[in-house]
Amino acid sequence: MPTVSMTVNGKAVSADVEARTLLVHYIRDHIGLTGTHVGCDTSQCGACVVHVNGKSVKSCSTLAVQAEGADVATIEGLANGEELHPMQAAFKENHGLQCGFCTPGMVMSAVDLANNMKNLDEATIREQLDGNICRCTGYHNIVKSIKDGAERMGG
Amino acid sequence: MYGFDYHRPGSVADATSALGGADDGKYLAGGQTLLATMKQRLAAPSDLVDLGGIADLKGISVSGGTVTIGATTTHAEVAASADVQGAIPSLAALAGDIGDRQVRNAGTIGGSLANNDPAADYPAAILALGATVTTNKREIAADDFIKGLFETALEEDEIITSVSFPAPTSGAYMKFKQPASRFALVGVYVAKTADGVRVAVTGATSHAHRGPRLEAALNENFSASAVDGVEIPVDHMNVDIHAGAEYRANLVKVMAKRAVEACG
Repeated sequence: MPTVSMTVNGKAVSADVEARTLLVHYIRDHIGLTGTHVGCDTSQCGACVVHVNGKSVKSCSTLAVQAEGADVATIEGLANGEELHPMQAAFKENHGLQCGFCTPGMVMSAVDLANNMKNLDEATIREQLDGNICRCTGYHNIVKSIKDGAERMGG
Repeated sequence: MYGFDYHRPGSVADATSALGGADDGKYLAGGQTLLATMKQRLAAPSDLVDLGGIADLKGISVSGGTVTIGATTTHAEVAASADVQGAIPSLAALAGDIGDRQVRNAGTIGGSLANNDPAADYPAAILALGATVTTNKREIAADDFIKGLFETALEEDEIITSVSFPAPTSGAYMKFKQPASRFALVGVYVAKTADGVRVAVTGATSHAHRGPRLEAALNENFSASAVDGVEIPVDHMNVDIHAGAEYRANLVKVMAKRAVEACG
């Protein structure tokens, strides 16, 4: 089995896994970070979104071996101790979640969006959120949260 | 997903020899189709040869009015490229509307073309713009590259290295999306080029194709109204739960008109 090493949330990690192991299972089952969720497992829902080298990807559609040597960020890496990341705080305050299952992927997509696009308006947020599905909220408060979070992040 | 042996070569030559040594190997680019197919056990290659580690296959350059895009350049990189936006804005816009944001961060132009999905966007782009597909063995004109349903001119071990697009005078791609998959129910790319108007249609039939009737009408009179008189044959249109043949044929005209109007 290949030994796959990468940096997850700033920490060097390594595990022996089969080549067919998906990045999401590497993160959840081998590294023990279960904040990244498996929703659909078919690349539709976005509950598994993480950042690989600063770009949001679906970790259910990426092999762990493809991320060898990469810098990976998951939802667990956002907060600074007890202090929420501005995007997490915005989701909390704008009621941007109900059951919370899609939230890790939503927040990771939102942070990528805010990092890479400035002056986000509602239409752009909705368009760029195409790859994240929420079955509870109807999206209004998620969009509101992302707009607020992006502003808090300086966008 | 069944097990496989994984290879990550650093050069095109090492990639072809890795594939040559495999029982039933496949190249892996962004993996946004292949991995999903393997998860469904619709494909079970013995080996995956990952092209992601080959630096020569990445990057975008512009020279003499031609944009050349390395095969493993992602859709997000094409969409965000100031060079592509400047030379062929319609191509940057097409790349920026493929799949969703996360798919665009992983999926590649070479992977999309080698897969040649009947509803993919890039096959329409290479046909409409008269692009040239460069491989480790030869150069292939777009018109010779697309062969059929998921079928291209590529040989088993051939690797796309880059794709060169001559900049048109103007161009526009209009897509009617299947809202769940975001693939084209029908997409039409219209380009005014040095060789006249070129039109390519994707999503409508088994593979992307040129639209000779539309081209003839638009070469005579480049206006949306010229599209009205064109008869789109319904015989070979795809039929599925999302759209019937007549609906798709009508969409070809609607998208063509919108593209002509967007060309200005």
